[in-house]
Amino acid sequence: MSEKRIALGLRNITKVFGDKYANKNVSLDVYHGEILSVLGENGSGKTSLMNVVAGIYTPDYGQIFIDGKEVSINSPKDAFSFNVGMIHQHFKLVDVFSATENIVLGIDDGGFDLKKAREKIVQIAEKYGFIIDPDKKIYDMSVSEKQTVEIIRVLYRGADILILDEPTAVLTPQETKVLFNVLRRMRDDGKSIIIITHKLHEVLSLSDRVAVLRKGEYAGTVITSQTNEKELTELMVGGKADLNIHRDEPKNAATRLTVSGINCKNREGVTVLKDVSFEAKAGEILGIAGIAGSGQRELLEAIAGLQKLEDGEVVYIDPKTHEKENLRNKTPLEIREMGVRLSFVPEDRLGMGLVGNMGIVDNMMLRSYRKGHSMFVSRKEPKNLADEIIDRLHIVTPDAETPVRRLSGGNVQKVLVGREIAAAPTVLMAAYPVRGLDIGASHTIYDLLNEQKKKGVAVIFVGEDLDVLIELCDRIMVLSGGAVSGIVNGRQTTKEEIGLLMTKSKEESANEQ
Amino acid sequence: MLITFLSKAVEQAIPLLFGSTGEIITEKSGNLNLGIPGIMYMGGCAGIMGAYIYENSVAVPSPFWCILIPLLSSVIGAGFLALIYSFLTITLRANQNVTGLAITTFGIGFSDFFGGSLVGIMGGDGQLSVVTSASYFKKSLPFADNLGRVGELFFSYGFLAYLAIIIAIVAAWFLKRTRSGLQLRAVGENPATADAAGINVTKYKYIATCIGGIIAGLGGLYFIMDYTGGSWTSGGFGDRGWLAIALVIFATWKPNIGILGSFIFGGLYIAYYYTGNLGRSAGELFKMLPYLVTIIVLVITSMRNKKENQPPESLGLPYFREER
Repeated sequence: MSEKRIALGLRNITKVFGDKYANKNVSLDVYHGEILSVLGENGSGKTSLMNVVAGIYTPDYGQIFIDGKEVSINSPKDAFSFNVGMIHQHFKLVDVFSATENIVLGIDDGGFDLKKAREKIVQIAEKYGFIIDPDKKIYDMSVSEKQTVEIIRVLYRGADILILDEPTAVLTPQETKVLFNVLRRMRDDGKSIIIITHKLHEVLSLSDRVAVLRKGEYAGTVITSQTNEKELTELMVGGKADLNIHRDEPKNAATRLTVSGINCKNREGVTVLKDVSFEAKAGEILGIAGIAGSGQRELLEAIAGLQKLEDGEVVYIDPKTHEKENLRNKTPLEIREMGVRLSFVPEDRLGMGLVGNMGIVDNMMLRSYRKGHSMFVSRKEPKNLADEIIDRLHIVTPDAETPVRRLSGGNVQKVLVGREIAAAPTVLMAAYPVRGLDIGASHTIYDLLNEQKKKGVAVIFVGEDLDVLIELCDRIMVLSGGAVSGIVNGRQTTKEEIGLLMTKSKEESANEQ
Repeated sequence: MLITFLSKAVEQAIPLLFGSTGEIITEKSGNLNLGIPGIMYMGGCAGIMGAYIYENSVAVPSPFWCILIPLLSSVIGAGFLALIYSFLTITLRANQNVTGLAITTFGIGFSDFFGGSLVGIMGGDGQLSVVTSASYFKKSLPFADNLGRVGELFFSYGFLAYLAIIIAIVAAWFLKRTRSGLQLRAVGENPATADAAGINVTKYKYIATCIGGIIAGLGGLYFIMDYTGGSWTSGGFGDRGWLAIALVIFATWKPNIGILGSFIFGGLYIAYYYTGNLGRSAGELFKMLPYLVTIIVLVITSMRNKKENQPPESLGLPYFREER
């Protein structure tokens, strides 16, 4: 790589949404045969910048050069004609089509010959080492198979510049490794690869150079081999940052919740939880890891009384009286009336957690409206609570009555977590509480969970980032296909160990148990 | 008796087949057009209006124009309503259900008004009737009479009946086997995906909705010119438009199954004539059968939960690229 040619050049790209700058005067270059990471916190404009290149958004100002020539990209079709292809974070695939049908979609090369297309797909797959079944329907595919289809689609169209938006967010560590090998092979083939990410260790292990964005502005480019995590973080947040997650030793860890042998089916009659047993202890954080859709959501809902159990028991042990109470098939209201203080932060914040069109005060009342004795509700107490949460968690909002859907993702999450914590729970369950949050907001949430742990609350934390799970949790339970494939100590485990447990097939785990 | 029943069932089936093929093409683009009943009414009424004006303006109507003018009028009338629907729902992103129902109300109202008063407006009197044109629409193949039962069952219909079946077969082939068909289905399933793949979503939606509306309009034309023999009766078309939409569900969005389905629906629709001495109220109960069958099909397909038998995924939803 002695002499490098610029494949894609961006000059002063600016994109405005309303009166907010998504990108402001961003200029950067990508060479042929290199992997460039675009790094930045959430909301730093990584995705919108790349959407500009891919023709999804039109820039308000700025120029795009491809192989030295200025071009204007007004639609995804234009982007393809300049050999630019983007693999989006949320896959853009038609579920009822086969892989081949999805790949040829939108290409007009005269004839319509699916057989020929199929052959070409197999060729591409062999060249770069993909594993794909061209006739498989998308709805039968795993997440990583879908991603493979997306990448092949872009290659099929002859793309030389590939943009991947958070490609590893949904993959297990093993799948990530496979993907990275494929990407390296494409780089060696002379292609330019841009990968958008906020995971520092991936940046360091994969890319040749790193471009950093901060609040929509270009913060600089560094050569990967000459940098480290600390420097990148400082570039990213624009100052010194403490990235370590605090973890105390659990104190007086008494069992608070015993789940034994629960089975659960979803509405379609498919088993989603299989013989799940575990204990949650007071004063510790129990992490739950697993590939998306392995039963995490159903497990929490089963405990909260939102899922009907086929069999098994959920036993709650009262911290004061040590009495045991079975929560099986009780409604959330019944559970609350039994005096069990269970708090649940669901993953669907504005669906299950909060009412988007109501203000913070009204959302606080959702949990407390039953306390009154007359038919009228008092708004005084929830108003005080709302103000207190806004103040303590530094929620950015015009006032306490602003509809919560207008707040940013991080602030919405703070409202929800704040409300659940205010109920002084003895068990706190949080599903993906930092999804979509930037580093600062994520750390606020981690601190809140740690604070609850100190107070002797049994915290159950469902997460997707294995690095965070390993740093934050005392114990980590791994779910695979609705069954527990292992419970490991958070202080001693490795990502590889958890990754293996995540993909362990049901048969294997059944044999071991 | 059986042959008569079957050939009557086919006559009932043809308007439904036109309607459902049109609606399937429309729905495959993600547009749920509940204006189809109104569009079918309009197709019939515009056709008969065109024929009436032509028959009254020349002394000896020629067979060529007698067929072409009603056909063109019907296409223009139905296409116009479908275009209004497209503009409101695709360009202005209005609610599809509300727009569709408004189109139906408008189409029926417009047709009933002009169907009832065109003769008066033109300075004549009596009922709106175009016997000459209708006779050309009704003309069956010349050798049909010599073939006995086979002739009655297969060759005794006007040309629009065969056109309906041809259109349905072509539509099935188009959706399954052509690039444009694949891309149209992609638009209805997931417009964001189609857009990212470089397909012009707006164009596909407009064309599919308008062509779908025009095909449905031919159902109304067949009903007026062939089935009723060229005379307008207010409300005579009845609930066939809704039945056509039910047929779309019955056919699980496949025009080739729609052919079979339309014959079943057509048979069920007139079954009460052939079930012995039933009173009028019992007859009305029989007319309910097609809907009942649709509900049963819905229950079965949703129980089997096969993805291919479900409606297009983004059916009824407007699409806007820069939505965040």
